[in-house]
Amino acid sequence: MKNVIFAGVGGQGVILASKILMEAAMAAGYDVKESEVHGMAQRGGSVDCHVRYGKKVYSPLIEKGTADFVVCLELLETMRKLEYLKSDGMIIVNREKIDPAPVEAGLEKYPSDIEDWLKANVGKHLVLDTKAALREAGSAKALNIVMLGALSNYLEFSDEEWASAIRALVKEKFVDMNLKAFALGKGLVA
Amino acid sequence: MPKKVMLGNEAIARGAWEAGCRVAAAYPGTPSTEILEAIAADYREIYAQWSPNEKVALEVVAGASVAGARSMAAMKHVGLNVAADPLFTFSYTGANGGFVIINADDPGAWSSQNEQDNRHYARAAKVPMIEPTSPAEAREYTKLAFDISERFDRPVIVRITTRIAHSQGVVELGERTEVEPRPFERNPQKYVMIPAHARPRHRFIEEQMPKLKEFSENSPLNAIEWKSKKRGIIANGVAYQYVKEVCPDDSVLKIGFIWPLPDRVIREFAEGVEELYVVEELDPFIEDHVRALGYSVTGKELIPILGELTPEIVDMALNKKRPASDIPAYSSKIPGRPPALCKGCPHGYVFEVLKKLDVVVNGDIGCYTLAVLPPYSAMHSQGCMGASIGMHTGFEKARPEMAGKSVAVIGDSTFIHSGITPLIDQVYNRGTGTVLILDNRVTAMTGHQDNPATGVTLMGEETHELDLEMLCRAVGVRRVRKVDPKNMLEFENVLREELEAREPSVIISSRKCILTK
Ligand code: SF4
Repeated sequence: MKNVIFAGVGGQGVILASKILMEAAMAAGYDVKESEVHGMAQRGGSVDCHVRYGKKVYSPLIEKGTADFVVCLELLETMRKLEYLKSDGMIIVNREKIDPAPVEAGLEKYPSDIEDWLKANVGKHLVLDTKAALREAGSAKALNIVMLGALSNYLEFSDEEWASAIRALVKEKFVDMNLKAFALGKGLVA
Repeated sequence: MPKKVMLGNEAIARGAWEAGCRVAAAYPGTPSTEILEAIAADYREIYAQWSPNEKVALEVVAGASVAGARSMAAMKHVGLNVAADPLFTFSYTGANGGFVIINADDPGAWSSQNEQDNRHYARAAKVPMIEPTSPAEAREYTKLAFDISERFDRPVIVRITTRIAHSQGVVELGERTEVEPRPFERNPQKYVMIPAHARPRHRFIEEQMPKLKEFSENSPLNAIEWKSKKRGIIANGVAYQYVKEVCPDDSVLKIGFIWPLPDRVIREFAEGVEELYVVEELDPFIEDHVRALGYSVTGKELIPILGELTPEIVDMALNKKRPASDIPAYSSKIPGRPPALCKGCPHGYVFEVLKKLDVVVNGDIGCYTLAVLPPYSAMHSQGCMGASIGMHTGFEKARPEMAGKSVAVIGDSTFIHSGITPLIDQVYNRGTGTVLILDNRVTAMTGHQDNPATGVTLMGEETHELDLEMLCRAVGVRRVRKVDPKNMLEFENVLREELEAREPSVIISSRKCILTK
């Protein structure tokens, strides 16, 4: 059983990333379940998707303390998902910060110690700078796919399996751009 | 059979299509919206429409059923409150073509104003209700609902919750069976509910209940999975999945037939285990029934009545532990990230002015409800769809001096949903309040659906574009002004004038949602 959380801010595309992972997992013969957020939170709130695949999956939600991966498209959102991570689980996070409304309004502070904290407390973590990859991919919208590409280094699916999952779920005219973004994301992990 | 990963809501659309459904209607509402969107996008054999509200949607579907076609309405839990009037009487008139209602509850109130448990409606309206535990079952149960409806001459509710509607899973796909509409026969004794007809129909549905109960007793939707007999757990919906996940060694009774509940199956299970538990979200609906059958059972003492369940809540409740992790807690404060109006949202201009003038705002349901939060903090009452205008009138009747210092604020789609009658009320009863219709030309909050004011149908056809200004004038509002809120100075001046006017007024704040094409 693999448990993966994608987290971010409403509008960043966590649902598409999780759909592509599910597609790849189903094509590889796994049972798959996922849980996602629609509605009010999509207006710029915190959003997440729980993806689970394995021989037989019951719960669409990941139990706290059992996530193998937390993939975060925004730095702060990682910290809301910490309790899901299992002891040897891995965090992959985009270095970008998006100020939440209370920070913008000057009511609260964006914590400045997140990267240091991760370094000190989470054995497996990657903080990725995705800017160059996004520039090269040609669209900031491809962040979700870049992060998925980074995650792919640690999952069992082949490049062909990922590519066909992307083809199955992305509009035809965006397929090439997304394949490129995926490869760039994959390459971000040394 | 081919398989596909699908959202619960998409699986329901698929099930309806396979079952030969011909007519579907809904008003958008999280977490049910994607059902009709999926039908309109992928299953064009089904005629699909957005209705102005859930009551109308249910009536359209009832009409289609009486006319003989398999038909389906979909709505969120509070939508069924709006449609409760037709529900209770169409329970009497029953079905001709399969008559299915999809009802989506929202434990946790992720995107709703309350956490009501609509299983009570099945019992109160004497309507059979079934509930899937996964997207795969959502497809299957939706198909079955049409059969049950026709076989027992009843509308059938398929209940889902957010975690079924908005979770994905592997769904087996079948083909569509074309079901020709059944003949329509004029039968006023069945379809016209004057008291003389209603009484015998009430007798009929009471006579149907034992038959439905027998059907429930034998239905594979209720399934005992024997494991250790030390502990037995009864569960429904997504809670069943959490139980299977965290209690793999216990016996489980899955309840898929919510109403009528299968007494014999429950007895067999209760008598087969040493300790009996019920794990269900929200109210102790199954638990109370099990108690009434005479069994002692542990339920709401352990399982929260509030909010949504999760695997860790069920694990802690039943096993007194959950998976331990060495990752320490993060000690700095994590600022919240509440949803907010988009940057440049037309509503933002309106609420800046309302905040500046410091008026009392009777609010309504839509993106603009977010104006209750900072930076606007400019909404002071809100309850259900369309409530703003009636509450505004009540406010004025209680405190006449406040009439010039308060407004009602309602979106275009919400106004059409249930704001027109309270506006008639305000005019009729000599109110003098000011109503702001935030006309952004879309039903935005639920994901940008068309509505009668956009001039386009769910199936993408052009249609009459409802003229809100003319509508307000027709109900007797003489002062109707249309303003672009981005022009804040003008907007403020108009608002000041209308607040001062001692007669009913409507300001149509006219600017498109920035997320529409
Ligand atoms: S979706 Fe449209 S109406 Fe809703 S907050 Fe954004 S701009 Fe405003």
